[in-house]
Amino acid sequence: MQAIAENLFTDEQPPRLIGGQSKASGRIVFPCPEGDEFEPVALSREGTLWSYTIQRFRPKSPPYQGPEAFEPFSVAYVELPGQVIVEARLTDVAFEDIAIGMKLEFAPMPFEKSTGETVLVPAFRPAAMAEAA
Amino acid sequence: MGDVCIIGIGIHPFGRTEGMSGVDQGVFAVREALRDAGLEWKDIQFAYGASEAAGNPDTMVDRLGLTGVQFINVRNGCAAGGSALFSAQMAIKSGECDIGLAVGFDKHPRGAFDAKPSEYNLPEWYGEAGYMVTTQFFANKIMRYMSLNGISRDTLGRVSEKAFRNGAKAPHAWRREPVPIDVILDAPMVSDPYSKFMFCSPAEGGVALILASEKKARELGITPIRLKAATMRTRPPGSFEVFAPSVDVERGGTATNIASRDAFEIAGIGPADVRVAQLQDTEAGAELMHMAENGFCADGEQEKWLAEGWTELNGKLPVNTDGGCLACGEPIGASGLRQVYENVVQLRGEGGERQVPGSPNTAYSHVYGAPGVSAVTILER
Repeated sequence: MQAIAENLFTDEQPPRLIGGQSKASGRIVFPCPEGDEFEPVALSREGTLWSYTIQRFRPKSPPYQGPEAFEPFSVAYVELPGQVIVEARLTDVAFEDIAIGMKLEFAPMPFEKSTGETVLVPAFRPAAMAEAA
Repeated sequence: MGDVCIIGIGIHPFGRTEGMSGVDQGVFAVREALRDAGLEWKDIQFAYGASEAAGNPDTMVDRLGLTGVQFINVRNGCAAGGSALFSAQMAIKSGECDIGLAVGFDKHPRGAFDAKPSEYNLPEWYGEAGYMVTTQFFANKIMRYMSLNGISRDTLGRVSEKAFRNGAKAPHAWRREPVPIDVILDAPMVSDPYSKFMFCSPAEGGVALILASEKKARELGITPIRLKAATMRTRPPGSFEVFAPSVDVERGGTATNIASRDAFEIAGIGPADVRVAQLQDTEAGAELMHMAENGFCADGEQEKWLAEGWTELNGKLPVNTDGGCLACGEPIGASGLRQVYENVVQLRGEGGERQVPGSPNTAYSHVYGAPGVSAVTILER
């Protein structure tokens, strides 16, 4: 399955997010901006939940391209230690089980567009080790 | 040299007014302010006008009179009104002019503000995936804040409850019915933890303030309200702002921190000297976070402040005495000036049912908005 845009995920399996590191300051941002001021850098697969909310109404189209039949979805910020805090969905977790500080791992999830095409968007799920514990 | 003074105020009620354009509402507010000051339009030497979505403010000279007045339009996002006021006070401070106008109005379509990724230097996929939604940012910001500082959802409810209770007492407010806290907490969720009663809506309205030098105010025989400080500042590194696909791990301060600190320094007072405050409350949690960001309490103390009623009209620091954005809605160009209008009303002792007791002599106003801007004013009687 294709990512929702180019240059978001690395080619490896499983993939990682691609951030951009400022050549001048070393600061990391996501996604990697175009131009030559930032160097692409693969971001950590593991992180912790920094904050989140649940989107309860269908965002306006355009620009939203999700299905007409709306299901609420999570919008989270995940801290990748020493790198950057990235905005992403959460997957494989019930809304009521989401907790700030929980351990997460990168797991891109399918996003069905209103055109019928399905693409992958950045997402994290509870870390395997945390589940086993 | 003396202080810059506010000598006239006018407002067109906020909310929805069918059949009146944004400019109409701005003109209405200017006429009210002129009447309040006992002046005529020809007396005004200059004007700064703010509007985000309702046309060019300087077109109002058609209606007010073609006096050749200097009229500058200001478009500066959520800080537009504050920027107009800042600019107006500078014109007087410079000595170039001694009487002028700051006016703001707006008229937004219903529903959440529209935003396109390209306007914010963001990739298209960000909008396609459903992230160009301002409410997501506000919800994420308060979720983090609540988790770090022990703020309960009930406290968010208390902020909204107070807003609607105060709004019911303010003739210019939009929402004029009290809403019980259970209804607020149990209402449909927009973006967790916020229900629909915890967000303000885009709206309409107009506000005009007439400013003068202290010397001019004395000549006119008007008891002035003194503008002791007006600051407008942009964000420092490491702040968390709307439409952010990523945030720095190293956390920083906010535009509000800077605007507030500098305003207190210019006015030569501290947070404990303030008797009434209007703080940006586009959502219930914003009022709480802004209490701390402006220096009125420490992070986490809001839980006790709200439980004890310290921000009520008769509390130790009444906050958003006209119901704020939650009860008045947010016409962007007018919203920051509404706060100053309300503070002038309170300092004059003309608040009626919503008047803060004890003849308050110092009032504070604060705006915050995208993409990380803040404007603060401090008034003294």
